[in-house]
Amino acid sequence: MRQFTPKDNVQKKAYFTDRFRIQPSLPKLEVSSNEAFASQLKSFKAHINPLETYIEAGQWVVWVKPEDNKRALEVMKTIGYENLSEMSAVDFIAQKGGFEVFYQLLSMEHHTRARVKCFIPVGQSLQSVESVYKSANWAEREMYDMFGILLENHPYMKRLLMPDDWQGHPLLKTYPLLGDEAAQWYEIDTLFGKEYREVVGPENRDPARVEVKNTNDFARIRHEVPKGAPYSDTPTEQEYQEENGVPLVSKVVKAQSKTLKERR
Amino acid sequence: MAQHQVNYASSGGLPIALTTVDKLVQWGRSNSLWALTYGLACCAIEMMAAGASRYDFDRFGTIFRASPRHSDVMIIAGTLTKKHAEFTKRLYDQMAEPKWVISMGSCANTGGMFNTYSTVQGVDRIIPVDIYLPGCAPRPETLQYALMLLQKKIRRERAGRKVTPKRLV
Repeated sequence: MRQFTPKDNVQKKAYFTDRFRIQPSLPKLEVSSNEAFASQLKSFKAHINPLETYIEAGQWVVWVKPEDNKRALEVMKTIGYENLSEMSAVDFIAQKGGFEVFYQLLSMEHHTRARVKCFIPVGQSLQSVESVYKSANWAEREMYDMFGILLENHPYMKRLLMPDDWQGHPLLKTYPLLGDEAAQWYEIDTLFGKEYREVVGPENRDPARVEVKNTNDFARIRHEVPKGAPYSDTPTEQEYQEENGVPLVSKVVKAQSKTLKERR
Repeated sequence: MAQHQVNYASSGGLPIALTTVDKLVQWGRSNSLWALTYGLACCAIEMMAAGASRYDFDRFGTIFRASPRHSDVMIIAGTLTKKHAEFTKRLYDQMAEPKWVISMGSCANTGGMFNTYSTVQGVDRIIPVDIYLPGCAPRPETLQYALMLLQKKIRRERAGRKVTPKRLV
């Protein structure tokens, strides 16, 4: 028998670890190994001292302190990274107690990509970089929506994807995939009210819930029987029109129709 | 006893056709089902194909309308998210009686492969559905067949039917 483990908050723990699995990671190269990145790092260091910097998968990664994020991006913009192609966060609450926030940058002038990263503990807010890169506007709203990271001085700090009255932040690793209780009843609660929960019943997430033999609720195509009658396995000929026909429309009987062997 | 007994039912050469009001009204309704243009995901592509020249929904008197107030049938073509459920319900409520709903495709029927927190697990959780059309995505022929079955269903109903919300679960 397996040992009993309390299931109170299983989402908070990793439920599977492979003893022999080694998490693959890309090699991290010195920035000095690339001429372009080395010169960019030199002009970056003139303004801000990075915590850590390396080249990974051909892209320059630079770690900064969370309070320096806006200043770092301003410097990166002057270096030539004029495009913030993506930004978001990664949930490392279980491992490190916070989020890794990344800003993925593209320089069309130098044909290089760089990533500015910073680590923030849970509950700490970050400066908005919307004034530096316009594309950060919605990306930061999405980050707030998905992780609950608040941004200061953002022009419109509101959920982007989920409804405004949604509870919880779905991309957190502690968020259950099928939703918490508020999520599972969301459409019922908002449309009909909580007392309607008993009428509708819980969500049925069984993908094979069609019961062909239940003729009260289902009618299998080409096996139709009157409602409630016992299910029949023999196929029924489905005619489009009723037995007596419809006024003004002549009835087509499938059995009397001809199938042509070849095209005329 | 009348001297000249006329059998009206078997017309006997008289220009008379007998029917019931129910049949006549429902015949009229079933042959002009205007559908609400309501595509939510990839099923909408098949729905558009069904409406276009090759499959030609106009033959059935089905014309896609951009307003729920013109429509008789709502074809839910695609994944319904929980954020959007409010608007589906509102559009359904705006349609004038009598109204029918075709739930098109797996996602609309049961949530389909989107077994997640943000998808409504079947539109019948929020509005009553008349025809569940299986498939991912159903071909235009299948949608036509569903519409033909709906027409058949309508012709079977009484004209002044009472609307009772149906529930699957």
